Amino acid sequence: MQRPTLFSVLVTVIRKDLLIEWRTRARINALVFFAIATLLIFSFALGPDTVLLRKNAPGYLWLGILFASVLSLSESMRIEIENSALDGVRLAPASARAIYLGKAIGNTLMLWLLTLVILPIAIALFDLSVREGFARLLGILFLGCAAISAPGTLYAAIAANARARDVLLPLLLFPVLIPGLLASVKATGVILEGDVMHQLGSWVGLLSAFNVLYWSLGFALFPRVIEDD
Amino acid sequence: MTTAFEIRDVSKRFGARWAVARLTYTLPLGQSLLLTGHNGSGKTTLLRMLATATFPTLGELTLFGRDAREHRDDLRTDIGLLSHASFLYEDLTAAQNLDVLARLIGLPDRERAIAQMLERVGLVSRTDSPVRQFSAGMRKRLAIARLLFKAPKLALLDEPFGELDPEGITQMEGLIRGLQAQGTSIVLATHLVEQGQALTTLRLHLENGRAVSA
Repeated sequence: MQRPTLFSVLVTVIRKDLLIEWRTRARINALVFFAIATLLIFSFALGPDTVLLRKNAPGYLWLGILFASVLSLSESMRIEIENSALDGVRLAPASARAIYLGKAIGNTLMLWLLTLVILPIAIALFDLSVREGFARLLGILFLGCAAISAPGTLYAAIAANARARDVLLPLLLFPVLIPGLLASVKATGVILEGDVMHQLGSWVGLLSAFNVLYWSLGFALFPRVIEDD
Repeated sequence: MTTAFEIRDVSKRFGARWAVARLTYTLPLGQSLLLTGHNGSGKTTLLRMLATATFPTLGELTLFGRDAREHRDDLRTDIGLLSHASFLYEDLTAAQNLDVLARLIGLPDRERAIAQMLERVGLVSRTDSPVRQFSAGMRKRLAIARLLFKAPKLALLDEPFGELDPEGITQMEGLIRGLQAQGTSIVLATHLVEQGQALTTLRLHLENGRAVSA
């Protein structure tokens, strides 16, 4: 028997995660309702002032995604811990780094799908206009979801075996995410409000650098998290 | 290479407790070993070390003549572990669980292989049922199917008869004999000593992580 390649493991892990989600739809249903509830609360808290709503929309959109991401990342690792399924994949054998990439890409896709579902609701609630720069907005949303998923997958694995994992994950994750989240909010705001000061490039640069850093760190460190040395 | 594994002065510590202490043993290739001992005697820890799921705190462990820690990725292709944990995804069906493994190990003609394997372990009628609906015995059957899929050179079986009905136990014995006929080295940990002795030629008894005469 041959050792599987990094690519074959990565594809198998993504396929398996999406298949589980397709069969149960547990995660996406919970995420969508949670994110919509968050957006509604923020929207009603601000009241009917459309200028204020538009100004704060990027922040509230990303807070909704951030809060929902904790549920998503936690659930993504729960299915691996149940019956020690992750050990089964690891001993198959599958490289820990390939497992990381598969899980992190799967988490990114799941979060991006969530943003695609809640975006029209955010547009309606916060009276946004996205006719210009819609493709760029989707790109920023994707980069932002990737920025949450890269450290999120690593920290979800660290927290997975802890008794208070649902508390531990946001405690570990949120401080780390601040630069990536700030860049996502600012880049989204610039696209929605117009880029008169030509700031988009800088924020995309910061978001891309954050992604490169944390995808590399996750790739390098994940074996230390799931391998028992 | 003439040994399936060689343990030299191996100890494994969890916190302040030594689960395995200064254990030395060699299993020749193709031989079957019965591993006995009370609960907490270190059987599962030893099996997990042999599976490269965990590694010794002290001492040296080689599998097929190669250092376990250093060559873990290569060695894992030749080792199958039937553990207390089933390694199964609850929300996938029996066939989908085997398909995940088949894709990882690059098995050709997956659909046919999966159907044949489910037939072999008596789960063909539950091919498309999610594992969540399975009884403990059915999970055990599917877990052994995962092990057989790998056609390992070293099979590590932790309480393989647990949760099985009499028919399942007979079937499991047949599967173990089948592995032996293929030249697979086997380590069988069980509390059913007579049943285990009928299937093995060697015995290692553990007490508090140490080898003692049974």
